[in-house]
Amino acid sequence: MTGLRGRPILAIFAFAAAYLAVGLVVRNQYYQLILTLVLVWAIMGVSWNVFSGYSGLVSFGHASFFGLGAYTVTLLLVKLDITPWIGIPVGMLVGVAAGVLIGYPTFRLRGVYFALAMLAYPLALLYIFEWLGYQEVPLPMKREAPAAYMQFSDHRAYVVIALAMLIAALLVSLRIERSRFGLSLTAIKQNEWAAEASGINALRWKLKAIMVSGAIAAGAGGFYAVVLLIVTPSTVFGMLTSAQALIVTLFGGVATVWGPVAGSVILIPLAEILHAELGDKIPGINGVIFGAAIVLVVLVAPEGVLPKLRDALARRRGNGAARPGVVEPAAAAVMPPRSPTSEVLLRVANLSRSFGGLRAVQDVSFEVRKGEVLGIIGPNGAGKTTLFNVLNGFIRPHAGEVLFEGRPLIGLKPSDVCALGIGRTFQVMRPFPRMSVMDNVVVGAFVAERDDKRALAAAREALERVGLTAQADAIAGGLTTLELRLMELARAIASRPKLLLADETLAGLGSQEIDTLLARLAALAGNGLTIVIIEHTMRAMVRLADRLLVLDHGAVIAEGRPQDVTRDAKVIEAYLGKRWLARAAH
Amino acid sequence: MSSSLVILENVLQGLTAGILIGSVYALMCVGLGLIFGVMRVINFAQGEFLMLGMYGTLYAYTWLALGRFLGPYVGPIVGAVLAGIAVYFVGILLHRYLLARVTGAKVAGSEGEGHYPQLILTLGLSLIISNAGLIFFGSTPENIRTPLSASAWEIGPLAADHVSVFLNKARSVAFLVSVGVAIALFLFITRTRIGKMLRAAADNPEAATYMGIDVERAHRIAFGLGCAITALAGGLVATYYPFQPYVGLEFVIIMYAGVVLGGMGSIGGAFWGGLTIGLVQQLSTLVLPTQLQNTAIFVVFLLIMMLRPEGLFGRNVERA
Repeated sequence: MTGLRGRPILAIFAFAAAYLAVGLVVRNQYYQLILTLVLVWAIMGVSWNVFSGYSGLVSFGHASFFGLGAYTVTLLLVKLDITPWIGIPVGMLVGVAAGVLIGYPTFRLRGVYFALAMLAYPLALLYIFEWLGYQEVPLPMKREAPAAYMQFSDHRAYVVIALAMLIAALLVSLRIERSRFGLSLTAIKQNEWAAEASGINALRWKLKAIMVSGAIAAGAGGFYAVVLLIVTPSTVFGMLTSAQALIVTLFGGVATVWGPVAGSVILIPLAEILHAELGDKIPGINGVIFGAAIVLVVLVAPEGVLPKLRDALARRRGNGAARPGVVEPAAAAVMPPRSPTSEVLLRVANLSRSFGGLRAVQDVSFEVRKGEVLGIIGPNGAGKTTLFNVLNGFIRPHAGEVLFEGRPLIGLKPSDVCALGIGRTFQVMRPFPRMSVMDNVVVGAFVAERDDKRALAAAREALERVGLTAQADAIAGGLTTLELRLMELARAIASRPKLLLADETLAGLGSQEIDTLLARLAALAGNGLTIVIIEHTMRAMVRLADRLLVLDHGAVIAEGRPQDVTRDAKVIEAYLGKRWLARAAH
Repeated sequence: MSSSLVILENVLQGLTAGILIGSVYALMCVGLGLIFGVMRVINFAQGEFLMLGMYGTLYAYTWLALGRFLGPYVGPIVGAVLAGIAVYFVGILLHRYLLARVTGAKVAGSEGEGHYPQLILTLGLSLIISNAGLIFFGSTPENIRTPLSASAWEIGPLAADHVSVFLNKARSVAFLVSVGVAIALFLFITRTRIGKMLRAAADNPEAATYMGIDVERAHRIAFGLGCAITALAGGLVATYYPFQPYVGLEFVIIMYAGVVLGGMGSIGGAFWGGLTIGLVQQLSTLVLPTQLQNTAIFVVFLLIMMLRPEGLFGRNVERA
């Protein structure tokens, strides 16, 4: 995340200038049409990319927006004599509305279900528009005032308008990529649960994305109607329309600003010219070209043509990224003095949750005091992680109450819980694997900082506090377990939480690494952070925790100071079984 | 005839037509469901295999003069079976050279289990096959005309003197064949060694590999078989429904609606799901204009996914 800087914008205008030069020189009307269509599909690609590219939710239904835009412009002109100059913006508003209406119910679905559902919308619309009697609607010619109705005898004007629209779309796309908008979407794409727990309201960002995307696609559709002067349901709502948006983007490079443009510049003229030259002899040749293009891309360059080229160039220059430094092992943990107060930060009362017949959490009550470290221990399957999932909003309890600073938490989304000041790390680590360590942590900082620059600063500070500054630019997918644990910790504290829920943060670490992590946790606690930590190795817990809470079969069986709890008969039984209890009694 | 009798007759007619057509939908859904169930792959090109089955049946029927030798009942069925066999090998080849690169062991554990490239690849295949179809078969709608297409058996009168149900002969034959093939497939999957291999590979590919099962081969067979069954169903449809190279798109949503309705991953569910979709489609004509038949299916499809994504008959739930 680097903010809007000069170079990419310069690149956009340089491209536009070059394209404009070509567009003004070309005299052949047919080539002018192709030049215009390249831009229309580039805009469609940008639209698809803004939504599907960044969020990872594959839309097979962008024709819905395109077609609604086209029909809005056409029907406004035909029925109410409203010029496309107004019709296109109105169409874009329709696109926004369609985005909300389609997105809101459909975002409940995941993965392939989402993709399939999106396919159904444009096809349903296609049949509805046919049924309404709009099989073939020509746009009336306005000979008295052509320019006022966006009708030009000099077709270069269309190239200019389309170019202006593409510039606008690219600026929007760039703006999204360089801000918390794009980074939040990418985080959702890579791990939605982790994003939610880090304070990213996934539904809100997805809705925003589909609204922006719907507006751009509807704009492209409206303009398309103006250029072709006729709309039919099958051309604007048809499968090929949705497919082309996706194909130019995937071909050029998904989730890159320039990918859709590159894909469109290469594929559209190829398909159009082949269609014009051979269309009468080989009628489906353009469809075959599009199909072959994406099959090839998936097999040969799954990231798209542009990223592939960039990688090849980078490799030739030979700048392999050096692996950054290792985490400094901490000196034997010196626990700074802590002063837990008697003020209650979190109050859990009679919490229960079951899965079918399994009572994962039953009637659990406890309090967390401000400034303390509370350890939750218990054998595997005791319900510890479920308890955390209820506390941070992943799971709704069947009974009970949770109050954080006196405010009830039940029913809040994880992102809201995070916003109130509860950070969380995961037992099975949930990094955003293809993002840099810094970006991972920045995502955590968004909820605390409205301003992107200050979020960056907060992330840097969080990395420093856990001792991961040297790895800031590394890609998270390549980190060691210790580094990942520290990164999750940094991501959680970047949101400036009052309470940290750390779920088996020590799992999978060697003894020296445990020391390092314990020291960092202790330092955080020393600075006044309240921590609830799950762990099942007693030894580590005795060193870190002020109090222990022992869960077994979902219920609290003991609570108190570590040295007392470890001597508790019920605890020994839960951990080691009845036989050991008898021995311990001697 | 009183209006209530007219309604009764329409409902009865809609029900029988729904069951007849639905059974063929059910068979195509079983093909798609088999592929998804075993490979966990969304095959977007399934409609195109249906289309290949239609043209395959047409050419087998006309070139081999099956109608003359085998008569209007058996001729198209043999044609459809031949088309199914041909498409089986097409499927095997496509899996070996294309799909295997983005499915199975290649993508186990990767981001989203590789669904993204699978969707794209099969979308590409769908575009290539349908447009290649346009090149080779032409855009003129075709159908397989047999004397059965336009004749019907009358059952009844069932009530009063006039209320009787007409069974289109071509559809009735298609119904019987569909049910027969579905039963045969069921026996194949539950009783034979290869069937067990498929089920093991579907249930837990990793464990199946450790037990010495060639999961890659299981996937290939499932893909070929799934394509073949859908193609066979396509051949049956071709006897009463005009088709052109883009016909696959009309059916792919029907197939997905059926498979989702039955619960993704459940092959038996896919059958009942497809049957239900047929009923919905035919009964919707009682209240909706015919052009909106397919819209009714889309609405049902969306509703099922929103309200009960595990399907009406499903137990194989995909969790977030």
